[in-house]
Amino acid sequence: METRFSSKLVNAVRKGPLHAAILLICLIWFIPTFGLFVSSFRPANLILTTGWWKAFKPPFVFTLENYYKVITTSNMGRSFINSLIISIPSTVMPVIIAAFAAYAFSWMKFPGRDALFLLLIGLLVVPIQMTLIPVLRIFNRLHLTGTFFGIWLAHTAYGLPFAIYLLRNFIGELPVSIFESARLDGANHFDIFFRLVLPTSMPALSSLATFQFLWVWNDLLVALIYLGGTPTVAPMTVTISNLVNSYGGGWELLTSAAFISMILPIMMFFFLQRYFVHGILAGSVKG
Amino acid sequence: MAEVTLKNVTKVFEGNVLAVKDFNLTVADKEFVVLVGPSGCGKSTTLRCIAGLEEITSGEIYIGDRLVNDVPPKDRDIAMVFQNYALYPHMNVYKNLSFGLELRKIPKDEIDRRVREAARILDIEHLLDRKPKALSGGQRQRVAVGRAIVRNPAVFLFDEPLSNLDAKLRVQMRTELAKLHQSLQATMIYVTHDQVEAMTMGNRIVVMKDGIIQQVSDPLTLYNHPVNKFVAGFIGSPPMNFIEVEVVRQGNDYYVKNGNFTVLVKKDAYEKVKDYEGKKAIFGFRPEDLIDENIVKPEEKEGKLIKARVEVIEPLGSEIYLYLTSGKDSFVTRVPSHYKAELGQEVGFVVDLEKSHLFDIETEEAIY
Ligand SMILES: Nc1ncnc2c1ncn2[C@@H]1O[C@H](COP(=O)(O)OP(=O)(O)O)[C@@H](O)[C@H]1O
Ligand SMILES: [Mg+2]
Repeated sequence: METRFSSKLVNAVRKGPLHAAILLICLIWFIPTFGLFVSSFRPANLILTTGWWKAFKPPFVFTLENYYKVITTSNMGRSFINSLIISIPSTVMPVIIAAFAAYAFSWMKFPGRDALFLLLIGLLVVPIQMTLIPVLRIFNRLHLTGTFFGIWLAHTAYGLPFAIYLLRNFIGELPVSIFESARLDGANHFDIFFRLVLPTSMPALSSLATFQFLWVWNDLLVALIYLGGTPTVAPMTVTISNLVNSYGGGWELLTSAAFISMILPIMMFFFLQRYFVHGILAGSVKG
Repeated sequence: MAEVTLKNVTKVFEGNVLAVKDFNLTVADKEFVVLVGPSGCGKSTTLRCIAGLEEITSGEIYIGDRLVNDVPPKDRDIAMVFQNYALYPHMNVYKNLSFGLELRKIPKDEIDRRVREAARILDIEHLLDRKPKALSGGQRQRVAVGRAIVRNPAVFLFDEPLSNLDAKLRVQMRTELAKLHQSLQATMIYVTHDQVEAMTMGNRIVVMKDGIIQQVSDPLTLYNHPVNKFVAGFIGSPPMNFIEVEVVRQGNDYYVKNGNFTVLVKKDAYEKVKDYEGKKAIFGFRPEDLIDENIVKPEEKEGKLIKARVEVIEPLGSEIYLYLTSGKDSFVTRVPSHYKAELGQEVGFVVDLEKSHLFDIETEEAIY
């Protein structure tokens, strides 16, 4: 009892600096976010004249007007839906394709495999900006500009090299004997992929999906180039950037708009976080 | 009926690594054969060739009467247990056992029957709902064996299945696997680097070195009549003592002789040592085949006595290992626990000639 307590104490002290650092990072992240959150509920004139922390002194003046205005006048509702329509397929498509590719690169034998993989690694360092003009010209000819399908393709293509690279590292590290065991059990490549690789790769798949989703959700450049400014297809990033332009100093609207655009990524993170933490492989093979 | 036959099987890996060379073996139906040898000698490769996980470079493999060279692993009617268990981490024990059967489209109730039967045999019924990570090493090992049993294969292949368990559990599982072999009446091929495991489990033992079979025989023959110095030294613990000697003839008798002792060649081997007269050879005797000179009648000591000095005394409780030196040669002997000796003391031992061995110094083949 005694020793267990003291060893816990030692542990706590030893991990002290780590915990302090994590706490600090949380604070640094949290304070501005919280400030933004508070501001988004304050009237425009107060936002412009006093700091957000003053909101906690009387008179407590809060309002939903910023949200109301943003949603009704600036096409934010439509953009929110558009962002979803863009982000979900742009996340699902590359993750699934990358999982297939990563499996093939790690566990299937075919000629040119290593060369192809090297090429892929090379693509990792090609800047997006370099591809904009050629891809746009192709898109124009295929009438893909301004369509959701076009931007899905664009995001999928931009995301794939890193996605394959990340998943290959993970899937390639799964123990060989599990695959051999499955082969002896009578599994073909499809059985192995869907029933062994996908379930055991959940941690990698979900972190990849989170990154890809955040990247697409927050993307402005690719959306502007391939979708243009058309309100019917514009995602939130485009709409928000227009907000500043057309309203000039009206950044009280930015606060609520920013918050609306943050809700989903945060929810997604909380939804998927258990997969990050889970060591799902534990106990499979003696290591 | 599941005889396994390997004919001139050779496996060369990329980069010209010769892992198995000209391997010939027939494993009889229901036999328990152990492949044993030091790490890297090609045991696993041989087993994996039988399983179909490696393609053989040349030769033929038959399972039953069927040539299986081009048959994929899943259709060879074999099951394999891996050293690291290779359980499916995201499935519970029941699923781990049933996975292979589901893939083979076996009816649900038949699967259930087989899984429960295997779980009963292995005493893991209470673990069926657990995931592998919630199991101990020994339990995981059982599940791995269970996964092979449910398949009801003609041949079981084991690749060092016990080497990740602690010593006590290993001994226990050893007997359980032996029992399993009895009750399943299946052909089993078992790979291990542990000669004790090989000796206690195998009907027949295949000793390998550098991808080549050294000797195939039952445990006792292997122990008493090793065909070469490698086998003699590999089987038995502590290992056989080897001392460089010269074969000499005095009158009608042959002796082996070095600077410190002269010992008779056993009578029925005279014919075999004739050609070695005046040549060097390796004399071998096991630690237990030395007898304390004090309990041997004087007339029986003649031509058998080795005098030596005690260097290390290792009491094990039931017996004592004495490490001795005689001139520049050193060797071990096992004596009863009541044997009295002190460090540095001069002691004498009589060699049990019938159990002594002589090896060619060049080829290391046994002369007798
Ligand atoms: N996939 C492989 N590629 C190249 N060499 C291999 C491969 N697998 C095994 N080897 C080599 O073949 C030899 C035999 O290996 P193995 O059968 O695993 O030995 P053991 O199981 O007896 O320890 C070793 O020299 C090993 O390095
Ligand atoms: Mg091995």
